Amino acid sequence: MADLSTNYMGLFLRNPLVASASPLSHTVDGVRRLADAGVGAVVMHSLFEEEVFAEAERQAELAEAGSESFAESLSYFTDVPGVEAGGRRYLSVLERAAPVVDVPVIASLNGTTPKGWTRYAHQMESAGASAIELNVYSSPPGADTSGREVEERHVEVLALVKSAVSVPVAVKLSPYYSSVGEVALRLAEAGADALVLFNRFLHSDIDPEALEVVAGLGLSSPSEGRLARTWVALLRQRLDIGLAASTGVESGDDVAKYLLAGADVVMTASALLRHGLGHAEILLDGLRDWMGRKGFASVSRLRGLLSVPPGPDQAGEERAGYVAALRAANANLVGPW
Amino acid sequence: MRATVDGNEATASVAYRLNELCCIFPITPSSPMAELADEWSAKGRSNVFGSVPSVVEMQSEGGAAGALHGALQGGALSTTFTASQGLLLMVPNMYKIAGELTPATIHVAARALAAQALSIFGDHQDVMAVRATGFAMLASASVQEAHDMAAVAQAATMAARVPFVHFFDGFRTSHELNTIELLSDDDLRALVPAELVLAHRRRAMSPEHPFIRGTSQNPDVYFQARETVNPYYERVPALVEEAMARLAERTGRRYHVVGYEGHPEAERVVVAMGSGAETLRETVRYLTAAGERVGMVTVRLYRPFPGAALLAALPPTVRRVAVLDRTKEPGSFGEPLFLDVLGALAEAYTRGEREVMPLVTGGRYGLSSKEFTPGMAAGVFAELGRPEPRRRFTVGITDDVSGTSIDYDAALDIEAPGTLRALFFGLGSDGTVGANKNTIKILGDEGLYAQGYFVYDSKKSGGYTISHLRFGPEPIRAPYLVGQAGFVGCHHFGLLGREEVLARAAPGATLLLNCEYPPEKVWDALARPVQEKILEKEIQLYVVDASRIAREVGLGNRVNTVLQACFFAISGVLEEGRAMEKVKEAVKKTYGRRGERVVAANLAAVDWALEGLARAEVPEKPTSHIELAPLVPVGAPEFVEKVTAVMMAGRGDEIPVSALPSDGTWPVGTAAYEKRNISDLVAEWDPELCIQCGNCSFVCPHSVIRSKYYESSELEGAPAGFRSAPLNARGLPRSSYTLQVYLEDCTGCGLCVEACPVSSPADRGRKAVNLSWREPLLPTERENITFFESLPVAERPRVDFGTVRGAQFLEPLFEFSGACAGCGETPYVKLVSQLFGDRAVIANATGCSSIYGGNLPTTPWTANSDGRGPAWSNSLFEDNAEFGLGLRLAADQHSELARQRLLELKDPLGGELVEAILEAPQRSESELVAQRERLGELRWRLRGLDGGPGAADLDSVLDHLLRRSVWIIGGDGWAYDIGSGGLDHVLASGRDVNVLVLDTEVYSNTGGQASKATPLGAVAKFASAGKTVEKKDLALQAIAYGNVYVARVAMGADPEQTLRAFREAEAYDGPSLIIAYSHCIAHGIEKDGVILRNGLDQQYRAVASGYWPLLRYDPVLRSAGDNPFLLDSPRPRIKVADYAGRELRYSVLSRTDPAEAERLAALAQEAVDRHWATYEEMATRPAGRYAADARKER
Repeated sequence: MADLSTNYMGLFLRNPLVASASPLSHTVDGVRRLADAGVGAVVMHSLFEEEVFAEAERQAELAEAGSESFAESLSYFTDVPGVEAGGRRYLSVLERAAPVVDVPVIASLNGTTPKGWTRYAHQMESAGASAIELNVYSSPPGADTSGREVEERHVEVLALVKSAVSVPVAVKLSPYYSSVGEVALRLAEAGADALVLFNRFLHSDIDPEALEVVAGLGLSSPSEGRLARTWVALLRQRLDIGLAASTGVESGDDVAKYLLAGADVVMTASALLRHGLGHAEILLDGLRDWMGRKGFASVSRLRGLLSVPPGPDQAGEERAGYVAALRAANANLVGPW
Repeated sequence: MRATVDGNEATASVAYRLNELCCIFPITPSSPMAELADEWSAKGRSNVFGSVPSVVEMQSEGGAAGALHGALQGGALSTTFTASQGLLLMVPNMYKIAGELTPATIHVAARALAAQALSIFGDHQDVMAVRATGFAMLASASVQEAHDMAAVAQAATMAARVPFVHFFDGFRTSHELNTIELLSDDDLRALVPAELVLAHRRRAMSPEHPFIRGTSQNPDVYFQARETVNPYYERVPALVEEAMARLAERTGRRYHVVGYEGHPEAERVVVAMGSGAETLRETVRYLTAAGERVGMVTVRLYRPFPGAALLAALPPTVRRVAVLDRTKEPGSFGEPLFLDVLGALAEAYTRGEREVMPLVTGGRYGLSSKEFTPGMAAGVFAELGRPEPRRRFTVGITDDVSGTSIDYDAALDIEAPGTLRALFFGLGSDGTVGANKNTIKILGDEGLYAQGYFVYDSKKSGGYTISHLRFGPEPIRAPYLVGQAGFVGCHHFGLLGREEVLARAAPGATLLLNCEYPPEKVWDALARPVQEKILEKEIQLYVVDASRIAREVGLGNRVNTVLQACFFAISGVLEEGRAMEKVKEAVKKTYGRRGERVVAANLAAVDWALEGLARAEVPEKPTSHIELAPLVPVGAPEFVEKVTAVMMAGRGDEIPVSALPSDGTWPVGTAAYEKRNISDLVAEWDPELCIQCGNCSFVCPHSVIRSKYYESSELEGAPAGFRSAPLNARGLPRSSYTLQVYLEDCTGCGLCVEACPVSSPADRGRKAVNLSWREPLLPTERENITFFESLPVAERPRVDFGTVRGAQFLEPLFEFSGACAGCGETPYVKLVSQLFGDRAVIANATGCSSIYGGNLPTTPWTANSDGRGPAWSNSLFEDNAEFGLGLRLAADQHSELARQRLLELKDPLGGELVEAILEAPQRSESELVAQRERLGELRWRLRGLDGGPGAADLDSVLDHLLRRSVWIIGGDGWAYDIGSGGLDHVLASGRDVNVLVLDTEVYSNTGGQASKATPLGAVAKFASAGKTVEKKDLALQAIAYGNVYVARVAMGADPEQTLRAFREAEAYDGPSLIIAYSHCIAHGIEKDGVILRNGLDQQYRAVASGYWPLLRYDPVLRSAGDNPFLLDSPRPRIKVADYAGRELRYSVLSRTDPAEAERLAALAQEAVDRHWATYEEMATRPAGRYAADARKER
């Protein structure tokens, strides 16, 4: 039997398949089901500080509606919590889920303020997160923000969080930097325990009939994995930190390809959303089959076999509507209230 | 420690800390005391004895008193908070608690009683009604006193074993913010020693040392046993005095059971209790400083009446005494305090203990929070100075009927010059009150003493607020409205039309006006009377476009921060730099919890405010040609002009006694005269797109969407802008259709838009009814409405009652209520009025529906062009079902009498007509119309007879030969809780009544307290951790009787089912119960930022999730051998969470306690699944498995 175990930023994983951030991890049950499906670790959906603010604001407005207007009913609600309660639901799920699953649970954080990054990271650690994945995308950089500034922000955020927690910290990267490689190296130097390639953005679209911007949620396809694979392969030999590959994992072969490129773990959400949780076992079986056919006894033997020495770059911009798109994508998951 | 709190908080702070249990029921104005206690308990705050008090919400005050009695007998230190009718419901238990010498304090925010009308405002009618119960009574005159006396009462009751009512004036004290010194836990422990607590516990019922209490006594011993308590009562005044002395030792605040202040050799003295005494005291200081030999007596302990202390307090020089009572006892020799004082003096004099018997007069003042000002207080002294003062008098009103009222100088101003007095006129939704509370905190922190009192509109939607603020270096003792404001903030240009805005401005005052006009243009925009007032008072005018600034910084319509900054900038109450610093600090503190965006927007608002603020030059003469528009249209009925309009203008205080109805009977239909124009966006009809389905008018909560069809020829002479479309119904060619929006009454809630099923193919966002700007539409639409009203109303027999499309043509006889914009209740109420209004009598439980239905000045129930319409009355909260049954019984009795007389007079009246009348089926509308015609004929023939006793008798009850529709309407607080027993009994009576439960699942009118209708998992006041009991299934309970027609409806899910249920319920000859899902502001729902706009969507989801299954139970089907249980909604298609998660009442819990939210959510889903299975099974049962209607053939 092939040894699928792997080490991801110091965490021992029974296999290299990791459930990445998705609505599947919104509940304790969801996390448990992911673990039961056989994955090596679960990355919870992201805690968005912006959403915490928005929710606090919205709830306060709802609670205040009609108040201080009529002598008999000067309020309709008491004690609606403010931003301080933000994240409580997230942390509660984490706190209850982490002890009941036998795989590491990695918390994912998207902050907007320095205080938010450190506070939530610290709370996530206390709630039992085995590691923290930083989803570093805050307000859309304006046209007069330089690429360097954007990158600096990543480094600053990383440093902040690293100083607040002792569990490993991974940074989820976008493929849209002037020089992805250089950003990766800087983050590694700044103390990142792992990098996740790549973040997948929920691009909004335009409905020409309704003349509206509409939220978009597209699941990734295998062809999209090439870019991530390229970068994993390019970075593997330059970095001695964890590398996670994400995007476009449909089959055991896709997993194998990433491992060959040099990934420590391979993350998927789309495949599980598309085919159900049972697909995790199919991916792992596929990997095992392939390893058997190719004579690999363990993942460590094959990792990075096809990685390559230093390389190129990518460019990019955008971000508008990310949070909105994510929220819309999660709209069907209103509960648990 | 100093703090600025209101009287409720001041009291609750002590009551909570000195008790272990609070058994409560919400009632205005005492509810905040219970709510605070609940909040503290939920947060785990402990009392001074080291335990966390429990707060238990009961089903009524009667229940609260029963639980209180039990808790006390169980040995727990227990209290309750109540007012008005609530206190009356406690009376039976109060006798028990006192009779058993049980220490306890009931804290009462004293309030008027419902007599000719309900009033939520303050006076002493409620507490005076319990003066015979054996409870001691201790009155507080101010916020500080409410705090201190709460402690004194508890200390004294523990020592004396006589229970106490501690009371203070509802609203005036309960809701006045004032700066007070707080008692520490140590102070409280010093007042209530642990030994007394232990003694109380030792007296508790316990099987370890059993005894029997609550025996039944007979003529042999009852009397003597009753006299055993005398020594306990005799000790009370001394024990209270002692507690007051201990309080003084610790705090320096010295009180007496009876206090005197004034000239040591006063000749004229006024005696009073409550906040009026505070005003009197300040007035006495003013008058004595001016050399008058006057004094005043504050009675703090009222029962047991401290006669000796009273006599000691009155200087021997006193020759004339006026005793003021804030209550009325019609038919008595005098009001109670007057009688007590008179009795004490007379006894002392006749026994030779007092040399002179002063002349004693009795006056009434301040009923229902009527103002009691220094001018009035001085007026009482002046009255006493007259050669022959009136024996009995009133002060504060004009009584031109009995001549009781005394004159006074309304302008008398005795306030310290160092006090800054400010008035702010705002709208409920703009945050003005909140900002002022904030200002009070800021200035309180700066070491100033502050006072705040807030006056609200009588309408729940679009109402104004008036904030009365005082600040000064000394404690503020002025429990009356600001009459001479140095600063007036008018937060909406439209409010400037209210006379009182400038009427209360002092000469030379500053007026801050929020308006779109720049300083150089604002003068020309003012109406002439406003200009004149500004010139007359030499008012300095400042302007700021706060609405624009608020909008631009992202605060929507919340202009509060902008105007608060401007207030600080121009009032000079603090140095400007420091003021802005403090305002910004306050912004961070207040809004920090909502996140960065809100804080940043408010900070920007402060900066922009100062930039936008400007002084406007005022010319020397008025220049305007603009006049203030009349409040009611020319040609309104005389009563409306002379009474209603004056009340609308905020000048109701000026209305004399003679102008008012003496028995509480008021004309209907007055809301139609009040064009409130509260929404800038209003519904607008698009005839091209409209399919004439009637959905929009069906759901309109304010009856502003009306439909008519008419012959197209009627359009001749229509105004140019009048909209119509060919009628799309079959069988009526050459007919037109118009949907008219009464835009001046529209609240812009958008329910119509949501209900509209069509969208424009060209623009999917556009519907057949849309929200548009009101202002440009006004001139045309006013003309259109006039023309629309001239079009004929559809003849009822020709209307298809069975469809929503048809029902739109039925005239609503409930219109333009002041309910919340988007109210979920009023569409059902309106439907009753449309379907049955011209023959309906309505019993309405106290609650939202009685307030939007009956709160003056204007009311929505109205009559049709024949002068017929719903006869409506509100009795009480708890008795509505019984009240309605009484109406039915009377109708049945008189209907029977009419039939009997008719038979007796058969020959002279004509056998054929009499037979036809007696046998008329009266189910369909045409049958009813036919019966009406026959009755018209009957009346005509009857009057042609020579008379005789039978004829007159028949004439008087003839109307009952038309089938009368009796409706019993109320909310869930009534139906599930306080009125539950009565409702149950009435449903079991078999009588033909129709009960409509407007189920908002919470006490809406008193501000969101949990009821037994509150669902599992929802958060409400008194269920802040989420309700852990399932909602009571009222439908199943009623179904169990077998002969009750039951329906559960949700208009937003299935309007046709709603319509069917209402018609079947009414047609059913027996009790009917309709439980109507009513979305509510207390659910916390919104769409696109508009509160309640998704109310209908949520109704749909409630049904789609299976949470609210639509059903009907029709006993008629059972009698016909069919299954009477009809499940009208399909199987659940969505999860409960998808419905509930969209409402704040549920979602808030996942932020306060996520794990509990998940647990309750799962249980709620289970509950729905379980209930659904039950209902589904019921829908398949054979008839025989349901109870038969055992009444005789009817």
